Amino acid sequence: MSESIAAGVPAARRRARVRPVTQDSPFARYALIATAIAFLSLFLLAPLAVVFYEAGTKGAAAFFEAFQDPDARAAIRLTLLIAAIAVPANLAFGLAAAWSIAKFSFPGKSLLITLIDLPFSVSPVVAGLVYVLLFGSQGLLGGWLTAHGVQIIFAVPGIVLATIFVTFPFVARELIPLMQEQGSVEEEAALTLGASGFKTFLTVTLPNIKWGLLYGVLLCNARAMGEFGAVSVVSGHIRGLTNTIPLQVEILYNEYNNVAAFALSVLLASLALVTLGIKTFLEWRHADALAARGRRH
Amino acid sequence: MGRQQGFAIRVEGVEQDFGAFPALRDVTLDIQPGELVALLGPSGSGKTTLLRVIAGLNAPDRGHVYFDGEDATNLPVQDRRVGFVFQNYALFKHMTVADNIAYGLKVRPRRSRPSRSAIAARANELLRFVQLEGLGGRYPAQLSGGQRQRVALARALAIEPRVLLLDEPFGALDARVRKDLRRWLREVHKETGLTTVFVTHDQDEAMELADRVVVLNEGRIEQIGTPAQLYDQPASPFVISFVGEAVALPVTVAAGHVKFGDRELHIDTHGLRSGPARVFFRPADIAVSASGAGEIEGRVESLRRTPAGVRATIAIDGYDQTLEIDSPLENAAALGDRVPLSLAKARIFPTEESAYVDAGEGI
Repeated sequence: MSESIAAGVPAARRRARVRPVTQDSPFARYALIATAIAFLSLFLLAPLAVVFYEAGTKGAAAFFEAFQDPDARAAIRLTLLIAAIAVPANLAFGLAAAWSIAKFSFPGKSLLITLIDLPFSVSPVVAGLVYVLLFGSQGLLGGWLTAHGVQIIFAVPGIVLATIFVTFPFVARELIPLMQEQGSVEEEAALTLGASGFKTFLTVTLPNIKWGLLYGVLLCNARAMGEFGAVSVVSGHIRGLTNTIPLQVEILYNEYNNVAAFALSVLLASLALVTLGIKTFLEWRHADALAARGRRH
Repeated sequence: MGRQQGFAIRVEGVEQDFGAFPALRDVTLDIQPGELVALLGPSGSGKTTLLRVIAGLNAPDRGHVYFDGEDATNLPVQDRRVGFVFQNYALFKHMTVADNIAYGLKVRPRRSRPSRSAIAARANELLRFVQLEGLGGRYPAQLSGGQRQRVALARALAIEPRVLLLDEPFGALDARVRKDLRRWLREVHKETGLTTVFVTHDQDEAMELADRVVVLNEGRIEQIGTPAQLYDQPASPFVISFVGEAVALPVTVAAGHVKFGDRELHIDTHGLRSGPARVFFRPADIAVSASGAGEIEGRVESLRRTPAGVRATIAIDGYDQTLEIDSPLENAAALGDRVPLSLAKARIFPTEESAYVDAGEGI
């Protein structure tokens, strides 16, 4: 009897110390969590707070006055216009690319996947320069374009091109894994039931990818409105004409007009926050929609 | 080729390659109206590819497919009116069961689309037919495997197909549900009278359900026949070993005698040329010989109860080979017993693949 008790003690002690293999020690856990939070606070939350703080230093009137400036208004209008062109363009491109990559096999497929990622690996400034070298007045096609009265560089078309370049992975990247995972068997089922290709897309493919698609569009939009480098190279910084919000912010800041610079920054930062909010909502909605299929009724 | 009359489906000289891998090689097959046909083969035998070619989901590299005598080779899948039941059902996850079933009617062009109420009525009728009444509002994820299978079938039937094609219809289900659904599919076939082709790798399933079974191996048809024909007159070593259990023994044929080592097996060698060959027989066709003198002798190595009796594994004397025999409970051998065996029925095929000659049956 006493023997079995004595044997039981070390066994219990051992059990207390043995953790599941996937679980780290409490110290490691807290250290990791603390590091992540500290890092986020220092590099993300603090700057964000500064943006809002600086914009408000001179009071609400000064803050709102920044938006009365015609140049600022032009910058906002231009940014909206650029996004309104670049986002639908990349939506169409992203759908086409994801569709062809996920559903067909063709020579050059892996090259296409690599190319889609190119804007992530190329510096946006380089992207802008490429367009200048191509379409600028001294560029390859510059002479021909000038002769036909088409201006691309230092004008809206150039900004649109540069923005499309830097934002084109977003939708495609979001959709490719999703569509690959889903395969094409539901589409095949729709086809055997007599649905045309387009109807199959509308009634089967699209509902299956809608959340991923929306998420991709949101990210694409946020980047399209916030892009600085590529746009800066091709825009020419003409006030009231080719300045987008980020460019306008830089000009105002260089002129020591801090309140106006940070007021416009608040606009951009709010856009990011709204995007984040919608993204979180979408993820929650998406998870809910998935779970609901198992729960409802 | 002109019109091919009399067949619901005719597949003629169909070949398909996937890269360098030939998935189908010169496949020709006729299916009668109302027939229930199984495409049976191991994985990679081309059975699903053949089904997809018939459906129009795959375009064959060569050859033709005819429906009711008309060349449908270039008919798009939408216009073939085939009811296709996919292996994992491929139900539309985001639609209710009723919407899934009604899909084929809803996507019709306006001219030929039934009214909203007619579509709903048809969906209800089909729900009743597949015994899922009242579940029309559920989503596929809320159904059991067997129920999903029924929804997939109802969805395929909604378009009033001229043929019904099923890819591994019971593959993902557990054994009990399989049995029930098998019986049920038989009934559905009887009730609808539809020409039906299904793919399976399970020979029991094929034999139990089908009027005729097409045995495929490495993209070729090995044999087409009724279950009885496949059991009694298998056309190749592949068929005899794939359809039902069989034991193969290496033998030599010389001057009309079949030798297994130094023992002679009493098998008719009519039409068989001399040389190495293999003898195939089923566990049921070999028995402990009553006379005490057998063609083969061996020692009982293990015993296993079966529902009807005992299955003994016997190590053959002098060979590194075992065979299994079934015997009734009363006179089962004991472990370690030496038993003389005699063949009631066997088939012999020359070892060279190219020289299939149909040999007669043994004593």
